[in-house]
Amino acid sequence: MAAAAATAASKGNGGGGGRAGAGEASSSRKKKGPGPLATAYLVIYNVVMTAGWLVIAVGLVRAYLAKGSYHSLYYSIEKPLKFFQTGALLEILHCAIGIVPSSVVLTSFQVMSRVFLIWAVTHSVKESGHISLKKEKVKNRLQTPLKTWKLERQTTVCQMAELKVQSEDSVLLFVIAWTITEIIRYSFYTFSLLNHLPYLIKWARYTLFIVLYPMGVSGELLTIYAALPFVRQAGLYSISLPNKYNFSFDYYAFLILIMISYIPIFPQLYFHMIHQRRKILSHTEEHKKFE
Amino acid sequence: LHFKELLGKVEILDAKTREKLCFLDKVEPQATIAEIKNLFTKTHPQWYPARQSLRLDPKGKSLKDEDVLQKLPVGTTATLYFRDLGAQISWVTVFLTEYAGPLFIYLLFYFRVPFIYGHKYDFTSSRHTVVHLACICHSFHYIKRLLETLFVHRFSHGTMPLRNIFKNCTYYWGFAAWMAYYINHPLYTPPTYGAQQVKLALAIFVICQLGNFSIHMALRDLRPAGSKTRKIPYPTKNPFTWLFLLVSCPNYTYEVGSWIGFAIMTQCLPVALFSLVGFTQMTIWAKGKHRSYLKEFRDYPPLRMPIIPFLL
Repeated sequence: MAAAAATAASKGNGGGGGRAGAGEASSSRKKKGPGPLATAYLVIYNVVMTAGWLVIAVGLVRAYLAKGSYHSLYYSIEKPLKFFQTGALLEILHCAIGIVPSSVVLTSFQVMSRVFLIWAVTHSVKESGHISLKKEKVKNRLQTPLKTWKLERQTTVCQMAELKVQSEDSVLLFVIAWTITEIIRYSFYTFSLLNHLPYLIKWARYTLFIVLYPMGVSGELLTIYAALPFVRQAGLYSISLPNKYNFSFDYYAFLILIMISYIPIFPQLYFHMIHQRRKILSHTEEHKKFE
Repeated sequence: LHFKELLGKVEILDAKTREKLCFLDKVEPQATIAEIKNLFTKTHPQWYPARQSLRLDPKGKSLKDEDVLQKLPVGTTATLYFRDLGAQISWVTVFLTEYAGPLFIYLLFYFRVPFIYGHKYDFTSSRHTVVHLACICHSFHYIKRLLETLFVHRFSHGTMPLRNIFKNCTYYWGFAAWMAYYINHPLYTPPTYGAQQVKLALAIFVICQLGNFSIHMALRDLRPAGSKTRKIPYPTKNPFTWLFLLVSCPNYTYEVGSWIGFAIMTQCLPVALFSLVGFTQMTIWAKGKHRSYLKEFRDYPPLRMPIIPFLL
């Protein structure tokens, strides 16, 4: 959902609404783009983001070559992934101040779902695979005929932390999907802003999603699913009754609701993209005929 | 001049496709848009008047039902553009449904109907006074709203789009269930400052309920039955209406106050969240109302803010 949502044509990032070329139907009422200062800023923003995701792509490839396997590659790109994906929150601001003519609500939804997956699932459900030792004080009452003794024993509790999510292959699935999608998307916006969009980039943006979107969604869902046992066991981010504010929250149930929400949302976004593809790529074809 | 030649002609085109949908000749020049809508329904019965939007320009504003054909800037044949507003439902129906739900739902939780809490709690009663008080307040609030819908409010629009009823009911019913679940829970924790807190909160609640009702009555008296006139509301002899001096929509101000009171009384976070969401929505409405007052009336009192005195 987060993967394709970011590819969704309805979200622009500058350059006349991220819609460049004669092929785009102007459904926006105002044709004026951002001013020159805003355009310069957006070009820099999109170039930086393109570079960032390229760094992640290169990092993945290098880690794969070094390790010889595709397992647990997440750790090698964890920091740039967090940095650049979280940085995308700026895009909400861009819409809010109007330098990008996209809906604040839609953009927020898209970026937040990505940020949620990165921080509230992948980052949070972590215990690296080591045995953690916890010393617990255990109080015992010992009854003898004359006196009750209170004893304190120290026990060492071994926690085999096998419940983690970061080394799951599903994480790699969505990271790859996001990385390819974002490199194309940000370069699309960059070129659009500079009014010089190569057809290849436009084609890639409106075609590769066909595979990348389901791939990303699968990775995301599998990752959330893998996180569930840990969340249940650790009571992660959950509050139970009774408490002073008469409130409770079950993060486990919440994650399940999130997974269920993919069912109505994914097809809608996917078919919207298919529809956009037909509209935008065929329009360009027609224009090419007249050249 | 023959009498016939004084009659107007109206053609109605689809706003999107420009397709000619209807041609009416022999239309009285004094005919109102409402009458034209009725005539249009005769040829297209699936589009009853409430779901018709007729305008002079395909992208322009809808014409009002009271507008007279003769007074419009049209030639001998008036061209009107039609847009289907979708299935409509009356405001009264929507209000009654969306308010009856919370009233009923809250009571299900209050009486601890089976399958909500554990079986050992079925049909038990809370031992906290504040829980009983909360039920009374919540129920009173929604009964008041239902009665106001039936006997007090005068609606300027008859209908709203059908999908609104689903949206609105989900909001009201959902939040009612969420709040009621915690307040009536066997593990409910009463307010930290005890009876003092409850008394203060109850006072706020009652005052705001009276205030809200006073405003509704004042607004009703502003508009005679059946008319759609708009006037600036002013304070009356009732002290609760003196808030009009500072605020355009004191009914919303009092409404937020009521819910804040209820939140303090129950010390329940979901109630606070409900108040916050309601406040956000009412602020948007108040700002809109305030803006249209300013646009319509040159002499609108400058001291007034939309919803919070001096602030918002």
